[in-house]
Formats: sequence, structure tokens, C-alpha cells
Amino acid sequence: MGMQIAFWILSVLVVVAATGVIWQNNLFRAALCLILCFVAAAGVFVTLSADFLAVTQLIINVGAVAILLIMSIMLTRNITNGSPANNLGLPALAATGILAAAIIIASFATDWLISPSSPIEPTTSTLADLLFNSEGFVFLIQLAAILVLTTVIGAIVLLKGEE
Amino acid sequence: MPGLEHYLVLSALLFGIGLTGAIIKRNAIAVLMCIEIMLAGVNIAMVAFSRFITPVQLTGQLFTIFIIIVAAAEVAVGLSIILALYRHRQTVDTEKIDLLKW
Amino acid sequence: MNNISELVFWLIPGLPLAAFVVVFIGLRTLRASAGFGALVSIGATIASFGLSLWTCIKMFYKPEIHLLDGFTWFSPGNTITADVGFLINPLTAIMLVVVSTISLLVQIYSIGYMRGDGGLNRYFSFISLFTFAMLSLVMSDNLLVMFMSWELVGLCSYLLIGFWFHRPEAANAAKKAFFITRIGDFGFLAAILVLFNAAGTFDIQGIHQAAAAGIISGSAITWAALGIFFGAMGKSAQFPLHTWLPDAMEGPTPVSALIHAATMVAAGVFLVARMYPLFELSEAALTVVSIVGGITALLAATIALVMWDIKRVLAYSTISQLGYMMAGIGLGGPAIAIFHLFTHAFFKALLFMGAGSVSHSTGTFDMRKMGGLSRYMPWTCVTFVIGALSLSGIWPLAGFFSKEAILANAANNQPVLFAILLLTVLLTAFYMFRVVFTTFGGRYNGQGKPHESPMVMLLPMIALAILAISSGWLNATGTIDSLLGDGIEQSWITGIFGVFSHLLTWVSLMLVAGGIFLAWTIYSKKWFSADRISTRFAPAYALLANKYWFDEFYNDIIGGTILNKGLFGAFEKLDNLIVDRAVNGTATLIHNTSALLRKAQNGKLQTYLFFFTAGLALILFLVIIIR
Repeated sequence: MGMQIAFWILSVLVVVAATGVIWQNNLFRAALCLILCFVAAAGVFVTLSADFLAVTQLIINVGAVAILLIMSIMLTRNITNGSPANNLGLPALAATGILAAAIIIASFATDWLISPSSPIEPTTSTLADLLFNSEGFVFLIQLAAILVLTTVIGAIVLLKGEE
Repeated sequence: MPGLEHYLVLSALLFGIGLTGAIIKRNAIAVLMCIEIMLAGVNIAMVAFSRFITPVQLTGQLFTIFIIIVAAAEVAVGLSIILALYRHRQTVDTEKIDLLKW
Repeated sequence: MNNISELVFWLIPGLPLAAFVVVFIGLRTLRASAGFGALVSIGATIASFGLSLWTCIKMFYKPEIHLLDGFTWFSPGNTITADVGFLINPLTAIMLVVVSTISLLVQIYSIGYMRGDGGLNRYFSFISLFTFAMLSLVMSDNLLVMFMSWELVGLCSYLLIGFWFHRPEAANAAKKAFFITRIGDFGFLAAILVLFNAAGTFDIQGIHQAAAAGIISGSAITWAALGIFFGAMGKSAQFPLHTWLPDAMEGPTPVSALIHAATMVAAGVFLVARMYPLFELSEAALTVVSIVGGITALLAATIALVMWDIKRVLAYSTISQLGYMMAGIGLGGPAIAIFHLFTHAFFKALLFMGAGSVSHSTGTFDMRKMGGLSRYMPWTCVTFVIGALSLSGIWPLAGFFSKEAILANAANNQPVLFAILLLTVLLTAFYMFRVVFTTFGGRYNGQGKPHESPMVMLLPMIALAILAISSGWLNATGTIDSLLGDGIEQSWITGIFGVFSHLLTWVSLMLVAGGIFLAWTIYSKKWFSADRISTRFAPAYALLANKYWFDEFYNDIIGGTILNKGLFGAFEKLDNLIVDRAVNGTATLIHNTSALLRKAQNGKLQTYLFFFTAGLALILFLVIIIR
């Protein structure tokens, strides 16, 4: 029961915050709405018994990505301090509406193989096991690390400026 | 206890909202933000699948970790591109960046 | 014996065809000398002539019909078959002899006449091709192959009239000949289609049998006969399709002798004779044939009275005589017409050769620049006069007998036509001897020194002169008549001398003598002045000298006003208004549409993203709908 209420509140929050992101013309406020959206999403993760992931979401998405976005907003301030919609507003809404409807219909129509077992808590050790075990996805973690390294180098190269 | 469908509906909505924003918004950074929303929606779906279909192996959560990693990297690179663009053109208005044509 | 006959029949047209191929290829690749072409071509023609003569003689002794099934040319859908085969009956045999004889003599004459011409090999190759086409035309047993040969003969005529193609008059004359005969061919082709539709076959004998059995309806027979006659009108230069023949005199004189005197123009007469069983069943068609023939005979004879170019006079004379032949078929049947064709071929070719001989020596065809040539060119003069006498119809030369037959048939049936033909006899004699006296009589008032022609040109003329005298006697015992139709058996003496017992003979002989006398008085003794007569009857003279303004009518009125401004002008407007607008409009439409569509590529990323989404949404939607 509690779970139900929590889920509904959190999901409404997520949706409202997301709508706020796209509705707001003021960029700064949109970024703040984004932070709210991420926090609520972390909450949703918690309802799904993904504790590690919720915290990861907060740290990375809120603490790094959102901050980064705000910083670049401040760096690229222009006179038209806003982000109004362009003239593709209504058609885009229609198209995405149909898309979302299609996904929803599909998810309702599918016969999901719901597993009866209960979730693992806490998930950290299992995740760590999966990731760093010898038969695990170590390779992927290493690739992710290389990716991040590449990102850093790329960002530096792009922003180096003319000599 | 909300079922899998609820979470999937939520995910679909979030994805739709993010996609709409990505098409609509005029500021490039706003577009990046909407992309982040899309990714968040996908993450929710992944975790929901993991919770309901494979609660023991945690496959979805693993996937989500990687999505978060890649999303962060992507935002970083995207922002550096936007900043480089700002340096050249003094604008981040998507309406003004239209060289991808004949 | 049959096998040998078959080979003979294949060789008769085959040898000239082979000669054409050899000479034509030879002149391109080997750059052979001029003698080469002449040798090959004449050799093939001699062989053909020999074989034709043999066939004809066999036919005289044992008249029968040889049918040769050749090979199937094509057979679309296996329902219609077009065969190549031969039908050799007495008509064919006589025509074979005519064609091959004249062809041979003309080629021998050409060696002398065309000496020094640059395109001699081309000339001989075309003459060989023409011989082949004409031979296969008379030998074919079905209308399709006959039509093909018909067109091939027209092509050779075009090639040979325009032999000196760098002269614009010759090129234009060749085109004119081709066009006008083409108009006639349209009628012929329509007739072939009508007959095929009715009888289901192209085979000539099959068609005759179907017509006799009544399978073909009466109106179809009449239309088909008229169509065939229309084709014959074009080829044989009947009124009103006669305007091409005088212009065709731009070609070399041997060509005129061969094609436009003896053989090709006779093809029309031959065609009507071949299809005569069809015409027999249609009174209307026969009437049309005889009337057109009569009108042509008179019309051409009147024009020939005022022409000063020898070849033009001879051309109009040919037209007139062809009119006689057509009238003959219409009145009495193919026998008399083919007999006249037979004799006409010899004396007309002779006359043309004489004209060529004269021009070879004086350098012109204009009679006013000649005169007194009998002193310089005795052989030419004698043979020419023999030809002229034969054409006018003096007993006992060949032309007399053949013309008598036609006149006799006319006298029996059609008084008006008979009067026209008699008048034409007078005119014929007059204009022919006008030529004789102007050219060979009096004093020479041209340039240079005229000389007699070389032997190689004189020999064929002498041969033809002998034939012009004697070929009429072949029908003395009624042989040709009986071969081609109904004949009366009579003894030789009766045939030659018995004619004097008819009144008609005396009348026509008097008319001929009168005409010769008139010509003598005006042009030789000059008791009356020709110029004074022409100024006194100025309107009539203008009418004749302008050839009844036929050319102007065809070119200016029909060609200029009706066709160019009228029909073609309408087409031009149609083209501009509708077609051009449609084409340009389509182009403009596409241009505008693409300008519109170009806006989709505006370079903005978000637009592209929108299209991605829309497409994806559509596909997913459709998938869900279908599931």
C-alpha cells in the first residue's frame, strides 16, 4: 500500500518535472526542473529495490550532469535568455504522442514472463559480483573507462581554441 | 504494488516528453537536457524489467549502470561541442545552425 | 525435267541479284575498275536473258502453268503465311523476255553512253538490282512478294533517276517520282489487305479461285480492283499521277529507256493483267480503267505536241501509250494490252536510245538546237525513224498490229473512247514526226560538230529496230492472243495481210498518214509557221506548254495551301498549344514541386529528428494496427 502511494507520488513528480523542463522558457529554471526530475527518478528506483542505482543516479546525474549543464548555461548566456519552442511544436507533439501510445499499447499487449522470486536486497554486492568477477563484465567496465577517458580528451581537444 | 505495466507506462511517457522537448526546444543545451530525460525514462524501464523479470540476475540494473556512464560522457562531449559552437557563432540557437544541407 | 526447270526459274532472277551484290560490294571494298561492274552485270543479264528466252519458247510450244512452292518467308502466329514462290504462266514468260531483253540491250548501250562517268559501278549494280526486282515481280505467285518487288522497283527508279545526285533537278525528280508512285502504292496495299481479309490468302491463284467461287463479296472485289488500279496508276503514270514521269527524264537516257519506257512503267499494266480475273468480275472497275486510260492517252498526246525537249516528248508519248494499254485492258482484256506492251517496249526503248545517241553527239536534248542530223548520224536517223513509224502505227511495223487490236476492241464497245483513241493516233503521228523532222531534217543550227555514235551504242539500236519491225508478226497467227486470252487461229498470211479487209485499218492508216503529212508541212517544208499557229491559239498553247498546270496544282495548291498551311499548320498549332504546353508544364510542375520539397532539407537537426520520430511512429502504429 505504501509502495503504491510512493510510486504514484514519485511518478507524478517525475512527469511534472519533465514537462516543466520542456515547458519552461527560462533555461535556468528548466535545469532546476531537470534536477527535480532526476531526484524523483531516483525515488522510483528505490521503489524498484534498486538501491545502488538510485544512489548512483543521484551522484552522477544530479551531482555531475546537471551541474555541468547549469555551468554551460551560464557560459552561453545570450540576449534571448530563453528557449521558446520552435515552429514544430504541434506536429512534434502529435508524432511523439502516437509513438508513446504505440509503446504503451505494446507493453499492455505483451505477455510478460513475470518471475515469482523476490528481489535481492541489497544489490550492491551482487552488482559488484557481476561486474568484477572473472566470468563477469569486467571487460565492459574497462571499455567504459576508456570511453570516459576519450570523452575527457575529446572535450579538451574541442575546447582548446586556436593557437 | 504497481505492476510492470505501470512502470512501462511511466517510462513511455517520460520518453515521449523527452523526445518532444528534443524536437521543440530552440536552445541546444535545452535539447541536451531533454535527451537526459529520455535516458532517464529508459533507465526506469530497464530497472523495472530487471525487478520483475530477472530479479535474481539483475541484468537490467547492470545495463542501467552502463547507460548512466555513457550518458554522462555524452553530455560532457555534447556540452563541449556546444561551447565550441558558441565560441564560433556567438549563438546556441538551433534555428541558426543549419549547415547540414545541400 | 522438272528439277531443271526449277533451277532455271530460280536462276532467272537470282543471277541479276547476285550480280548486284557482287558489284555493290565490289565497288566499296575492291574499288574495282569500271569495266568490272559492267562485265558482271551484263554477264548475269545475258544468262538471265537466255533462260527467259528458253522459258518463253517452251511456253509457246506447250503452254502450261508452272507453280513453284519456294519457301515460307515468315509466318506470324502460324496462321498467316507469307511464301516466296513462283507462278510461271504465259503472261510471265512474255514479260520475262521483255524485261531481260531490254535490260541486256540497255546495258550494252550504257557502256558507250556512260563512258567516263565516275559512278559506273554503282550504275550497273543498280541496273542489276532493278532487273532482279522486275523479274521477281513478274514471277511471284503471291501479292506480298509482288508488293515487295514493286517497292524495290520503285526504289531502283529513285536511285537511278537521281543517279547524278549532285544535280538538284535530278535529286528532286527522284524524290517526286518516289512520292507520287508511293501514293499509288497506298491503294495497292489497301487492296492487298482487302483481298487478304476476304480470301484469307496472299496467293494470287488462291485469290482468283476465291473470287470465282464467290467467297469475296462484290463490293470487296470492286474496291480491291480499284485499289490495285490505283497502284497501277502511280507506277504507269496514268492521269492524275502522271507528273513524275516527265521529270524522271533527268536520269541518264539508258535508264529512261529501260525503266521509264519499257519495264517499270509497264509493271502497272502487268499488275492489272495479272489480277484480271478480279477485274472481270467488276464492271465498274473495268470502266474506270478504260476511262482513265483513254483520258491519259489524249492528255499526254496533247502535251507532247508543244514540248521542245526530245526526252520530254518521248516521256509524254510513253504516258499516252500506257493510257492505250490501260484502255485496252478495260475494253478487251489483258491479251491486247500485253501485246501492245510487248511491242511498245521495243520501239520506245529504241526511240530513247536514239535520243541518247543524238544528245551524245550534240550535247543537248533541245530540238531547237538540232536539225539536219540525218547527214551526220545516218544509222541513228534510220533506226529512229523506224521507231517513230512503229509508234505511229504504220503497217507492217509492230506498233500497227498492237494498236489495231486495241482500236478494234474500242470500236466494238465504246464509241466515245474510240473517238478519243483515234484522235490520239493522229496526234501521236504528228508529234513523233515533228520530232523527226525537227531533229533530223533541215539544217544543223547547233554548236560543235555532230558525229555518229560508236558501234557499242548502235548495235542495240539496230537490234531493237529489227524487233520494232518484226515483233508484231508474232501475233499474226494469233499466238499471243491465245496464250493470254481467247484468240483466233488464223494463218500467217491472213494475220499480216488480212487486216486490210477491215475498214478500221484504212481509217487509222489514213489518220497516221495525215499526221505525218501535217508534221512534214509545218516542220519540214515550213508552209505554215509553227510560231504563228502557237500565237494564234495562245490560250490553248499556254495550257499545253504548262502541261495543264498539273505541277503547279499539286505543288502550290495541294502542297502549299491545303497541306502546308491547312493540315500541317493545324498540326503545328496542336503541337505548340497542347504538346509543348504539356511537356513544359510537366517540367515546371516538377520544378515547383521540388522547390517546395527542398524546404524539408533546411539543415536543422531538429527537423530531421522530427521526421525520424514521425516515421517511427507511423511504422509502429501500422504494426500495431495490423497485429
